[in-house]
Amino acid sequence: MSTVLQDPRAVETPNYLNQEYGWKSWLFTKDHKRIAVLYIISITAMFFIGGIFASLIRVELLTPQGDLVNSDTYNKFFTMHGIVMVFFFLIPSIPATLGNFFVPMMIGAKDLAFPRINLLSWYIYIAGAAFALAAIVLGGVDTGWTFYTPFSSTYSNTFVITAAVGVFIAGFSSILTGLNFIVTVHKMRAPGMTWGRLPLFVWANYATSLIQVLGTPVVAITLALVGLERAFHIGIFDPAIGGDPILFQHMFWFYSHPAVYIMILPGMGVISELVTCFSRKGIFGYPFVAGSSLGIAIIGFLVWGHHMFVTGMSMYASLYFSLLSFLVAVPSAIKVFNWTATMFRGSISFDTPMLYAFGFIGLFTIGGLTGLFLATLGVDVHVTDTYFVVAHFHYVMVGGMVLAYLGGMHFWWPKISGRLYPEGWAKFACLLVFAGFNLTFFPQFILGYLGQPRRYHAYAPEFQVLNVMSTAGASILGLGYIIPLIYFLWSMKYGPKAGNNPWRAKGLEWETTSPPPTFNFEKTPIVTEEAYAYHNQKETHVG
Amino acid sequence: MHSIPSVRTYVTIWVILTVMTFVTYYVAQVELGAWNIVVALLIAFFKMMLVILFFMNVKADSPLTKLFAGAGFFWLILLLGQFFVDYLTRSWMPEGKMW
Amino acid sequence: MADTHSTVAEHAEHSPHLRHHFDDMAQQFDSATLGMWVFLLTEIMFFGGMFGAYTVYRAMYPGAFASTSQFMNPFYGALNTAVLIVSSLTMALAVRAARLGEQKALQLFLVFTMIFGTAFLVIKGFEYHEHWVDMKVPIIGGHWDYSEFPQFARQAQIMFCFYFFMTGFHALHMVVGLGLMTTIFIMARRGTFSSSYFTPVEVSGLYWHFVDIVWIFLFPLLYLIGRTKKLI
Repeated sequence: MSTVLQDPRAVETPNYLNQEYGWKSWLFTKDHKRIAVLYIISITAMFFIGGIFASLIRVELLTPQGDLVNSDTYNKFFTMHGIVMVFFFLIPSIPATLGNFFVPMMIGAKDLAFPRINLLSWYIYIAGAAFALAAIVLGGVDTGWTFYTPFSSTYSNTFVITAAVGVFIAGFSSILTGLNFIVTVHKMRAPGMTWGRLPLFVWANYATSLIQVLGTPVVAITLALVGLERAFHIGIFDPAIGGDPILFQHMFWFYSHPAVYIMILPGMGVISELVTCFSRKGIFGYPFVAGSSLGIAIIGFLVWGHHMFVTGMSMYASLYFSLLSFLVAVPSAIKVFNWTATMFRGSISFDTPMLYAFGFIGLFTIGGLTGLFLATLGVDVHVTDTYFVVAHFHYVMVGGMVLAYLGGMHFWWPKISGRLYPEGWAKFACLLVFAGFNLTFFPQFILGYLGQPRRYHAYAPEFQVLNVMSTAGASILGLGYIIPLIYFLWSMKYGPKAGNNPWRAKGLEWETTSPPPTFNFEKTPIVTEEAYAYHNQKETHVG
Repeated sequence: MHSIPSVRTYVTIWVILTVMTFVTYYVAQVELGAWNIVVALLIAFFKMMLVILFFMNVKADSPLTKLFAGAGFFWLILLLGQFFVDYLTRSWMPEGKMW
Repeated sequence: MADTHSTVAEHAEHSPHLRHHFDDMAQQFDSATLGMWVFLLTEIMFFGGMFGAYTVYRAMYPGAFASTSQFMNPFYGALNTAVLIVSSLTMALAVRAARLGEQKALQLFLVFTMIFGTAFLVIKGFEYHEHWVDMKVPIIGGHWDYSEFPQFARQAQIMFCFYFFMTGFHALHMVVGLGLMTTIFIMARRGTFSSSYFTPVEVSGLYWHFVDIVWIFLFPLLYLIGRTKKLI
C-alpha cells in the first residue's frame, strides 16, 4: 500500500485494538469490544464446522440411494449439523458479537454492566464448544439436535452425554449474556437516552435477552435429566417403566421454540438499523417495531406445541397451540410492513448491507409465511417431518438470520476494524449467497410437499433432480460464505482506513473513532434527539 | 438506598414462618382429600411471599424489582399451565381416536 | 491515557470499590441487585422445569406417588424447613448489620447462617442414608427394592428419581450458598464492608433466601402430600 495514497492524518489513534498487545491482553480482557471479537472468531469457526456437516449431507443426497455412508453415519451428520449450527452458531451469533460490541455504545455506556461475567460467558462458550467437538471427534451423536427420548436416553449408542453436556454448558453462556444485556439496558443508559430513544437493535437484543434468561434454564434441566438417565440407567423418559417421551418433548420445546426467536430477533434488530440508514429515513412506527420485539418474545413462549402435533399430544392442546402460532406471526408481520413503509419515499442506496437487508425481508417473509402453513393443523399432518419443514426453518434462519448477520457485519465492519471491505467483491458474494440459498432451499419446499421425509439418507428416485439442484445451490452458497471470510481478513491489513462514519449513519456508535477507543466515549454523551433522526442531517447521500 | 427493617420485624416474620411450618405439618395429617394439596401449596405460597417481601426486602424495592420477581413466578405458571393444557385434556378425546 | 472517569462522578471522592464502567456507587449497587434478581429468575425456571415434570408424573400416577410418601420422613423434612427458615432470619440480620456498618454483628450472623446451612445438609445426609438402607435409591446401581408395593415398583422409580434430583440440585445450591457465605465472611473479617459498600452481602442474601424458598415448596410437595393415605 503506497504511503502516498494513505491519508497523512490517519495516524493510528489509540483504540481498543492497539491499546494493548499480546495474548494475555486478549484472553483476560474485560473490554466488551474485544470479547465481541473473540466471539466473532469462535462462532465463525463453529459455523464452518457446521457447514462441513451440511456439505456431507448434501453430497449424500445427490443420489437416491444411501450410498455414500450408512444410515447411522448419516444420522450423525444431520445431528452434528443441527447441534453446532443451533447452539454454537445461531444462538450466540448476533448478541454475542454485534450485540456485545454495540449495545453498550448505542446506549452511551462505557461497557456492559458486568464485564467480567461477559468474559466468563465467552470461556463458558468455549468449554461447551470443546465438549461438542469432543462428541464429534469421539464418534458423533445420532439422535438429531432435538435429542428425542427414549432413543437419546436409553437406546442410542453414541456420545449423547458428551454432546448434551456441551449444550448444557453453552446454555449458561447464553444465560449470562442475556443477564448482562438486561441489566445494562435498564441501568446504564446515558443521560437523555430514554427507552423511547433506544435504537431498535437494542430493543431487539433486550427482548432476545429476556428469552435467553427465561427459557434456557428449562432446556438445561431437560438435558440434565436425559444425561442422568443415561448415566445411571434409570428411566425418567422410558415408557417401559412409565416414563413419558412426550413430557421430554414438552420440556425440550418449551425452550427450543423461544430459541428460534433468539435466533431471529437480533437479526430483525440489525435490519431496522440497515433499512433506516440506507433509506436515510427514520423508522416508520417506532413504538410498533419496538413493541413487536417484546410481543414476539412473550408470545413465543405460548406456541411450542406446534412441534408436537403428530406426537400423541391432546388434540385440544394442538388447537390451542395452532391458534397461538398464528398469533405470533402478527408482530413479525408488523416489522416487515414497517420496514417497507420506512423505505417508501426514502433515499435508497444499494450498498452491500442494504442488499442483505433486502434479501432478509424477502426470504424471511417466505419463511414466515410457510410457518403459517405448518401452524395449520391439517397441512402440518401432511408436511411435518418432511423437507417442507427443513426448507421453512432454513428460510428463516439462513435467509433471515444469517443474511442479517452478514449485513450487520458489513455495516459495522468499518467501526469494528477501522477498515473498509472491498465493495465489489462484497456485492458479488451477496448475490452468490442469495442465489445459492434459493437454489438450495426452494426445491426443498417442493420435495417436502411431494413427500420426501427429513433425516433420511435415501429417497425415492423421482426426487433426484430437485435434490441435485439443492446440492448445486449449496455449493454456490458455500462459496458466497467463503469469499467474505477472505476479504474481511484481507481488509484488516490492506483495506482502506475507514473514517468515523463512512455510512453517515445516525447512532452513538458512529460518533466515535473507527475503531473506537477502549472506553468508547471521551465524555459520556448526552442524548437530545430520537433514534434515526435522519431528517436532521444536511446531506442526503452516502459517502 | 431504602429504609432498613428493624430486628423486631425480622423476628416477627420468622415466628410467623415457623408457625406456618408447624401448621402445614399438622394439617397434612388430617384427611382433606383434594384440599390437602391446595392448603399445603397455599401455605407455601404465603411463606414464600413473606420471605420475598420482608427478608428479600422487595416490599421496599423499586417497581422494577417487583416486576422481575413477579415475572419469574408468572413464567412458571406459563410452563406448568401449558403442560396441563395437554395432560388434562387427553381424557376428553373420544376413545381410541387421535383427531 | 485520557481520564477514564465519567464527568458525572467526582474523581477524587469515589469509593475504592467503584468499578470504572459505572458512574457512581448507586448505579453499581442497583445493577448488582438487578443482576442477582435476573439470575434468580433463571433459577426459578431451572427448578421450575423439574417441578413441572414432577407435577405431570404425580398427576399421571397418583397411586405410585402416594406410596412413595410412605418412605419419606416428614419429621426430618419439617426440621430442615425450620432450620432453613432460621438461617434466612440470620441472613437477613446479617444484611441488616452490613447496611448499618455493624462489623461484629455481620460476622456473627454470617457464622450462624453457615451453621444452620450445614445443619440442613447434615440432616439431609441422614435422610439419604435412611433411603439407602431402605433400598430406595434407584440411581446408584439400581439400589431399588419396592416389594412393599410391587404394583408400583416401576413408576415409583421415577418418583424417587425426581426426589433425589430435586433435593440433590437443591443441596448443590446450598453448598454453593455455603461457599458464598464463606467468601463473604472472609471479606467481612478483612473489613471490606461498610454502610456505603455492602453489595456482595446483599446479593448473597438474595441468593440464600431464594434457596430457602425452593425448599419451602419442596417440603410439602415431597413429604406431606398423601401422608393421610396409610397404605402400609
